[in-house]
Amino acid sequence: MSAMAEPDPRQGVRLTPQQERNRRLRNIAIGVCIGLLAALFYAVTIVKLGPGVLRPEP
Amino acid sequence: MSLVSREPMTPTAGAVEYAAGPREYFALLKPRVMSLVVFTALAGLLVAPVSVHPVIAFASLLAIAAGAGAAGALNMWWDADIDAIMSRTCNRPVPLGLVQPREALFFGLTLALIAVMSLAVTANLLAAGLLAFTIFFYAVVYTMWLKRSTPQNIVIGGAAGALPPVVGYAAATGSVTLDSLVLFAIIFIWTPPHFWALALVKSGDYARAGVPMMPNVKGAGRTRLEILLYTLALAAIAVAPWPLGVGGRIYAALAIAAGLAMIHFAWRVYRTRQGREANRAAMQLFGFSILYLFLLFAALVVEHGSGLIERYGL
Repeated sequence: MSAMAEPDPRQGVRLTPQQERNRRLRNIAIGVCIGLLAALFYAVTIVKLGPGVLRPEP
Repeated sequence: MSLVSREPMTPTAGAVEYAAGPREYFALLKPRVMSLVVFTALAGLLVAPVSVHPVIAFASLLAIAAGAGAAGALNMWWDADIDAIMSRTCNRPVPLGLVQPREALFFGLTLALIAVMSLAVTANLLAAGLLAFTIFFYAVVYTMWLKRSTPQNIVIGGAAGALPPVVGYAAATGSVTLDSLVLFAIIFIWTPPHFWALALVKSGDYARAGVPMMPNVKGAGRTRLEILLYTLALAAIAVAPWPLGVGGRIYAALAIAAGLAMIHFAWRVYRTRQGREANRAAMQLFGFSILYLFLLFAALVVEHGSGLIERYGL
């Protein structure tokens, strides 16, 4: 019983269901942001270098 | 072994750091302030005498918005103690305990770094440097230093809020000119009457929090006088973009008409000093000042965005 009252610190942090849900939402938000940022940087690169960047040099 | 267990148990010490969802982090960015920053930066971009590719313009505005959000998060990290005391700010994520101060700090710093580096890549180093200076000025000079030490806090600190059009202009042209500095001047002079109108009504809040706003330090009478003087200066400076060619006739008509309305509201604040009517006059000035700034910059966005000035010289 004493082990229930004082969790073993080696088991790390225990999350509540709400915290787990928020962590999942945070991860999704970070993933979406990184994906959009990558797409934006790709578009910026194409605009800055021009469409010629995709053509092989003669 | 994973440090985070999936078992639904009572959270241990430290688990509170995992409490916030995306909504709370978004609130750290001060979205309403961010929208004004984006709008004024857009005006700066459009006013520039060069055409900017829409993708570059969008990426630059996104970086400026992220920079403004980062400054907001750093502000909420530092000011959590006084935010908890004031009714206007006690529902922010840090005082509510939804986001830990350390989380807000690292979120703000990370976002600031990403924003500045992104602007350097998408626009130029001058714009990125100006954005970094804006974040520094708001988070360190205003929030950490001026806010709790002088009634001129929002006067000097207003420079941070006034810089976005300069950053937008610099992103487009790679330079700072009188054209962008006049937009800076408008927001800079607009800030004191805008915030002091609110401070007149919320002076009790600021007094409890120990923030030396003008009404608490110099008194309501002096604040009313300064509001009127700043508003007179604002109405005059707001017309300046017209002779400079930054604004056209639509802008000029709006700046004159809305400027007269601002003076009217400021005069009412100056004259009405007692009871509910005084608070109402102050809140009307506060509300109208937001509309006023929006109208001025909307006129610039419309004139330059639709090419009215470039095509017809309007």
